[in-house]
Amino acid sequence: MTVRTAELLMAITMGAFSIYLMYKSTELEIGWIENEGPGGGAWPFWLSAVMLISCLGILYNWFRRKGRIASSDKIYIESHVLMDVTSVTVALVITVGLFSFIGIYGALPLFLIFYLRFLGKHSWRLTALLAVLIPVTIFFFFEITLKIILPKGITEPLFLPLYKMFF
Amino acid sequence: MLETIGLLGNGFLIVFEPQNLMLIIGGCALGLFIGAMPGLGSVNGVAILLPLTFLVPPTGAIIFLAAIYYGAMYGGAISSIMLGIPGASTAVATTFDGRPLAKQGMADKALTAAAVASFVGGTISVVLFTFFAPPLAHVALVFGAPEEFALMMLAFATFVGLGGDDLFKTIFSISIGLVLSAVGFDIISGEPRLVLWDITGFLHGVNFLILAIGVYGIGEMIWTVEEHSLGGGKSMLSDANVTVKRTLSNLRELASKWKSIVMGSFLGYFVGILPAAGATPGSLMAYGIAKQISKEPEKFGHGAVEGVCAPEAANNAASTGSMLPMLTLGIPGSPTTAILLGGMVIWGLEPGPRLFVDHSDFVWGLIASLYAANIFAVLINVAFIPVFIKILKTPFTILAPIIFILCLIGGYAPTQSMHDVWLMVIFGIAAYFMRKLDYPLAPAVLAIVLGPLAEPALRQSLIISDGSFAIFFNRTYAGPISVVAILLLFLPLFKMVYVKLRNRQAA
Repeated sequence: MTVRTAELLMAITMGAFSIYLMYKSTELEIGWIENEGPGGGAWPFWLSAVMLISCLGILYNWFRRKGRIASSDKIYIESHVLMDVTSVTVALVITVGLFSFIGIYGALPLFLIFYLRFLGKHSWRLTALLAVLIPVTIFFFFEITLKIILPKGITEPLFLPLYKMFF
Repeated sequence: MLETIGLLGNGFLIVFEPQNLMLIIGGCALGLFIGAMPGLGSVNGVAILLPLTFLVPPTGAIIFLAAIYYGAMYGGAISSIMLGIPGASTAVATTFDGRPLAKQGMADKALTAAAVASFVGGTISVVLFTFFAPPLAHVALVFGAPEEFALMMLAFATFVGLGGDDLFKTIFSISIGLVLSAVGFDIISGEPRLVLWDITGFLHGVNFLILAIGVYGIGEMIWTVEEHSLGGGKSMLSDANVTVKRTLSNLRELASKWKSIVMGSFLGYFVGILPAAGATPGSLMAYGIAKQISKEPEKFGHGAVEGVCAPEAANNAASTGSMLPMLTLGIPGSPTTAILLGGMVIWGLEPGPRLFVDHSDFVWGLIASLYAANIFAVLINVAFIPVFIKILKTPFTILAPIIFILCLIGGYAPTQSMHDVWLMVIFGIAAYFMRKLDYPLAPAVLAIVLGPLAEPALRQSLIISDGSFAIFFNRTYAGPISVVAILLLFLPLFKMVYVKLRNRQAA
């Protein structure tokens, strides 16, 4: 895919999103309400309309091949870059997905092992050290000091004795 | 004047409380580190670390974040000089001459010049700030809803007129930020609004931090992954030979460069006040002017010390300058101050001129902390240069997962909702794809912070005027502000017409 094609797809996607936002804004009054001023939908409606107009402007420039991006026939993402970016992004998405199941203390070590060992090619010793040390630091800093309870999923019962100790 | 000095004295009393002093020192050190790491700048640091500040009172929190902001301005120079990669976009101009100096074995000279210039730039701008801010805030006290709205339009108009990015993409970015800020509830009628795809998570709105961490945390890191994948970040680290004797002779040489340092400081301060400009263009402009006023302009680009002094003085001065409109008018002067402003709302402070009256401790504590942060940052910088150089050797693949994790927790902490974490990841990925197509994203972050303030200001103004937009033009302060905003909005159009006319004449 070239940069030029990506530009077109992005403008169309964002244009469609703007139309959806305009439609969604009309659930509230977008006109003037007597003695109350502009309705609740007016502000997002007109701004979404501006978004749509901007997208049309981007498309207009695309047809004229005007600007660095609209005229570029370079590859949008090189395949080896795509590999790296995808593996990081997918790992991130899986990690967030696991938060609700095996909890943050199950997901983070897995993420760290994947990143340090398989993407970073660091030694097993360093990987293991950080995969234990970082979650432990997070527990003491966020849960004990800041009192922000992080998602634990099915591992929740394991933390009950720890809560008893610190709270 | 005397009153200002008295208030500043009170501010210093707050700063010298042990907890605040520790926050300043910690913030400076952290900021230096964040600034020195390629790919991370003050805005990334402040966005990712803001959720941690809920532990301390607002004054401590802002002091800590301001110290990070400040430290990052110093730190950016370290990797610009040692690696030839700007540690932050604000330090781009520093690479032009800092890198050649390092290659000639004079890295210590460049580092000293950067530290001293940053210190002078910071000090001059903080003094300017101290005496400019109270009168400006005083004038702004009479501002009503129409003036507030006109000011916010001015902030957005500077992005369109002076931002230098694609016109349509800039306007798109501003609008999407404002629309996202409207998600949740209509503030006046209290009805649910824009609950996208009827997902209940959107009922509590889109927190500005989610967008900020998405863009500046996750998006930025994915961007850095790409840069590493393309083979960047493997540059040679220069050696720095730091001895007391050499440092003293460097300092003596610097004394003769005072002109470029002072010029950079004043320029940076005033450019920093403009919302769309800020530290990056400020430092680039200072570099250009330093070259013009220099007696040996041919040396620039090949290791001129002024080429390091001027932009470094300017970027520190600009970071202070950008706080002026944030504190006095409630309009951020940079993406970093936009996030600070959002933080103020979370801490329960209402941004705007009344801060000086209602939360005098907060304001003067912050101003006094800038004096202190300036001194600590230069001391930590000079004392620990060898340590920072070692840190620069930390592989990206160790740092990256840690920052990703901090982002995820930072997104979860404020609302403790997984919906927000997902949203943040989506914003981060979208930000990466959009950035590759040159969509500017700073305006969106500014817009989502200002949105909840702009909408009521507009609606109240229209209620006062019974629906007439003339209210933005026929009031003493709102009028001129609106006119300037409209001129700025049409600046790109004027430029286009001008270029066309000139081309026609030439043909």
